Amino acid sequence: MAGWLEFEKPLLELESRIDELRSFADGQNIDVAKELSRLEVKAEDLRRQIYGKLTRWQVTQIARHPRRPYTFDYLRMLGIDFVELHGDRRFGDDGALIGGLGFFGGRKVVIIGHQKGRDTKENILRNFGSAHPEGYRKALRLMRMAAKFGRPIISFVDTPGAWPGIGAEERGQAEAIARNLHEMSRLPVPIVVVIIGEGGSGGALGIGVGDRVLMLEYSVYSVITPEGCASILFRDAARAAEAAEAMKITARDLQEFAVIDEIIPEPGGGAHRDPERTARHLGEAIERHLTELEELSPAELVRGRLERFMSMGEYKEG
Amino acid sequence: MDQVSWLKRRKPGIKDAKRREMPDGLWRKCEGCGEIIYHKELERNLWTCNKCGYHFRISADQYRDILTDQGSFVELLTALESKDPLGFVDSKSYAERISDAKKKTGRRSAVMTGSARVDGHLAMFAILDFRFLGGSMGSVMGEKIARLTRMAIEERIPLVTLSSSGGARMQEGILSLMQMAKTSAMLAKLHEERLPHIAIQVHPTTGGVTASFASLGDVIVAEPGALIGFAGPRVIQQTIKQDLPDGFQRSEFLLKHGMIDMIVHRKELKSALAKLLDFFSDDNRDSAEDALGQARRQGL
Repeated sequence: MAGWLEFEKPLLELESRIDELRSFADGQNIDVAKELSRLEVKAEDLRRQIYGKLTRWQVTQIARHPRRPYTFDYLRMLGIDFVELHGDRRFGDDGALIGGLGFFGGRKVVIIGHQKGRDTKENILRNFGSAHPEGYRKALRLMRMAAKFGRPIISFVDTPGAWPGIGAEERGQAEAIARNLHEMSRLPVPIVVVIIGEGGSGGALGIGVGDRVLMLEYSVYSVITPEGCASILFRDAARAAEAAEAMKITARDLQEFAVIDEIIPEPGGGAHRDPERTARHLGEAIERHLTELEELSPAELVRGRLERFMSMGEYKEG
Repeated sequence: MDQVSWLKRRKPGIKDAKRREMPDGLWRKCEGCGEIIYHKELERNLWTCNKCGYHFRISADQYRDILTDQGSFVELLTALESKDPLGFVDSKSYAERISDAKKKTGRRSAVMTGSARVDGHLAMFAILDFRFLGGSMGSVMGEKIARLTRMAIEERIPLVTLSSSGGARMQEGILSLMQMAKTSAMLAKLHEERLPHIAIQVHPTTGGVTASFASLGDVIVAEPGALIGFAGPRVIQQTIKQDLPDGFQRSEFLLKHGMIDMIVHRKELKSALAKLLDFFSDDNRDSAEDALGQARRQGL
């Protein structure tokens, strides 16, 4: 059972036993209904047991699940006719951060998003979803195009973080992210951001300044990866599970901090267990928020976005 | 405090409390070349080494004294203090770390905000203090910088930031990440209002501070030899498993790669800043006013 998480295994074993029994019975004309329903009940209990009380670290593992749907998967499942556009016109084209034009229902939208790979070859192209400055600059170019033509922007966030490398530093990774925060805060078109997997720090926020920020139920969003936090504050990267708990990084946590607007439900165990259903919920939420935002004037959008981020933070005064 | 009353408070002759953070002893060893330097000489050279040019790390108070006209600094937004939104505990509790930092620095937060004059030019100042939890940005720093920027907009005064920070404050979790968006969004408004932001980066400036306000100056000035970057060198080395080139992420490297405008020795920093403020000070006030009026009519 390659590509499955340790804590999912008992359930997956049971589910495959149920499947085997069902196909065996079909061929043999034996009545196994009673046994099947007994096992189904057991599976349902197990599902509740495993997914009902996930630790924040287990949620992180689901958010990083190798079978989790990625940006391109959602574009396909949402039926978006997508025209990919390439390059930042400065240095290169970043495979970790994709973008282009989308026909989504009756809407014309600009789409940007991180893209991870499924195999080694794809991971080289996509750099595990870690973008370089050229990715952020491509995204900015496309978002400016959206502003120019009055098209709403949908941003899919799924990255362990912006790439920490020599070339990235030489070409101004920090400046590229800062510039996006600066520019996105003033774009006169609706921006809906969805965290679909990992929301890794500045690399996530670099395409994450929106009028609405939504999160899939089993995605995470944090100031630093649990491993990074553990290695700095706990002096041991292996203590990532503790760091995940301490930083409070799940969708439910972020809703409590009023950093996100809505949690999009996933099937028990995560989006990969029923991608189509997840995509339906996701598409419905995006459309609903876009419809609301389209009622606002550009000035109202920009003012609201500034107020949104000004309201974030907790401090004492006086 | 409303804007009028803090402006009135800016009286000449208010004496700034001078706090010198120096270890006991009359001599100090240069961390750059090993030279033993007499304390008085070091102070005269603004804590730089006369022999190799090494810039010692200094406090926010010392930068205030170096950069601003004596007695002109009026500290603002002093009432803001950190909370502990996550109840965060690592080897020590966050609450304890905050109270230790306060004792150590005599400050309530990692940034000192205020208004001051530089060779007569009025500016808003945000000066980060690395001694306070590594100058890290949590909710208080984000809020202070955003509010100071808003005051700069309301009063039409230039903004100067001086950064020295390890990045976002992990102990405040996602809220600290959001301060990057908060400060950058208010700076975007400052930009639209055609007011200058001079960003000074000193050793070290990394992470979420570099990836937000510190990189958003109309002009970016760095001290020599400062470490400036997005990721820290250790993280990069662990990720790519290669040796890093000599001088990587130092001011000179950033200048070469087009990421900063100039490198200025600490002794020249005030005069360079005054010159920039002079350049941007407003003979072109009319066109700026036009743009402002237009923006206001549009209700932005």
